[in-house]
Amino acid sequence: MAGNDRESGAAPVQVRGTVLTVRRVDAYVAMTVVAPAIATRFKPGQFVAIAVGGPQSGMLGRRSFSIHDVRPDHGGTVEFVFLPREPGAQWLADCRSRDVLDVVGPLGRPFPVPRDPASCMLLGVGPGAAPLFALASRLAERGSHADYLLGAESADRVFGALTARRTGRSAVIATADGSLGSRGSVVDLLPTVVQQARTDVIYASAPVTVLRSVCALAGRYGIPVQALVSEPPMTCGTGLCMGCVLPAVGNDGVTRMVRACVEGPVFRGDLVRWDDVGTIPFDALGAPGWKPRPGGASSGTGASAASALPAIDTIRGGRSNAG
Amino acid sequence: MPADLRTRIGHLDLPSPILTASGCAGSGRELAQFTDVARLGAVITKSVTLEPKAGNPSPRMAETPSGLLSSVGLQGPGLDGFLQRDLPWLLSRGARAFVSVAGHTAREYGEIASRLSDSAGVTALEVNLGCPDAATAGRPFALDAASAGAVVAAVRGSARYDIPVFAKLSPEVTDIVSVARACVAAGADGLSMINTLPGMVIDPVTFKPALAGLAGGLSGPAVRPIAVRCVWMVREALPDVPIIGCGGVRTGRDALEFLLAGASMVAVGTVLFHDPSACSRIQRELEEELTARGVDRVSDVIGRAHQTAAYATERHTWG
Repeated sequence: MAGNDRESGAAPVQVRGTVLTVRRVDAYVAMTVVAPAIATRFKPGQFVAIAVGGPQSGMLGRRSFSIHDVRPDHGGTVEFVFLPREPGAQWLADCRSRDVLDVVGPLGRPFPVPRDPASCMLLGVGPGAAPLFALASRLAERGSHADYLLGAESADRVFGALTARRTGRSAVIATADGSLGSRGSVVDLLPTVVQQARTDVIYASAPVTVLRSVCALAGRYGIPVQALVSEPPMTCGTGLCMGCVLPAVGNDGVTRMVRACVEGPVFRGDLVRWDDVGTIPFDALGAPGWKPRPGGASSGTGASAASALPAIDTIRGGRSNAG
Repeated sequence: MPADLRTRIGHLDLPSPILTASGCAGSGRELAQFTDVARLGAVITKSVTLEPKAGNPSPRMAETPSGLLSSVGLQGPGLDGFLQRDLPWLLSRGARAFVSVAGHTAREYGEIASRLSDSAGVTALEVNLGCPDAATAGRPFALDAASAGAVVAAVRGSARYDIPVFAKLSPEVTDIVSVARACVAAGADGLSMINTLPGMVIDPVTFKPALAGLAGGLSGPAVRPIAVRCVWMVREALPDVPIIGCGGVRTGRDALEFLLAGASMVAVGTVLFHDPSACSRIQRELEEELTARGVDRVSDVIGRAHQTAAYATERHTWG
């Protein structure tokens, strides 16, 4: 089967899920859907892709949301969080309990988790924080600590501040307008938190601009980053449309355009070419003017997607190199 | 008794007239998580190019009313990657592979066709004429009857005799029938229509085109009436040439519409992004639609709209 099955352990399923609850959480809408087949397969970092607008909808793209939490009630429920801004998300926010949704999931490569206890920083900006809490529980099972660093434009856009304070070893919050925590960006606070928490690994879920700065800083400290990307937007979520590509370096050193939905959404931070997101780097495999290297290196496509995916124990590998 | 969906085109025997459209199902791998690819008529693969291609920068997609504007730029592993990984995988799943071929010159098309013919398991070829022609400063081959014919002749000349060649036509022409005739004269065994229509979306927030490639190809239910008319026109002019109808097919009823217009097979494209199990569902719905109308075999409805039209004309003349 496809490479992502090996990574995530189970193939995604398409189900008709009944909406259980829809609630406002500050600026966001949190929606819980009954989907046992997705809940049992879920691993932190994975997402669902939801059809919006009903069966004859004029909106052909699916809306993809990181899974915030799964619960065992009703056989298994899945919760996700979104900003009801664009028409598709607005339609979703207007759904009520007992409405039925077409849901595909769980999709994508989950967060790899260190085998041995480690000091983990969970960095989330805006709705990007949603997938971090399930990750924290999973890390706790393995004896790892979670230090939260959350950010957003304003207090009502910081998702999960309370949970972070209650469950994290520490929680630091930054808002652009200073309405909660310190004024500024999470990137400004990162060096302090890294030092105080003696961070071994950073899990980051944020806009690409923030991820770029986080990965640059972390690279300076020699800390590995697992970055969950949410741009470019995914149209299908299942890997069919090739819409959400970004340039990433494979283990063979070759840059390829990889899909955020299948090869991601979680990438090893040092393998994504953050400065080149939104472009085709000239040295990417198959870029305009690209020529196969003499000596048969052109078959780099043979391993293509799979080799862009880091192995789970690269976290430890990266750390030991740094230390 | 459910209607019989088996479809016979020349010497090809397909279990169903429902195919996946090129570029919308990759090489079947992702789709297979949601649909049994062996039960589809065939998988029309993403267009295969000679060398690997990185495609266009993102953003590549913009949602439009009942449609999708896309500009992927034929990202793919190239012919070697396709032959090493994708084709063997499709065959191992028991699927039939209609391989879509893309190039910049007629010679490049010919080379790909020849190498594909050398490897076992290619059921048919579809010539993607939507690629920019290197000789005419990037004008797609499909826009000109002579260029389209030259490419088809190159592919037909290089492909093994028992592999049928379908030419995929663009609706962006004044007279699609003349391009269709040129392709058939050049040796095409069948025609496939339609490719996407050119379009543009401008983002009112950034004041810039929404796609990095500026313009893109429009597909989805928004273009279906255009596709149905193209199929109709070509069927009217060339009633003996098998047609793969394609453009916004969402339900079994839509597939039936294409069959009535004269398509022998129907490809499902953009709707797969919305519903990855659409092919199986459409196949089931088509069977139900036919059964409900007392039709025993799918071949009985192909081109039926033309007969009705003829009667209508007669009635009009008499009355």
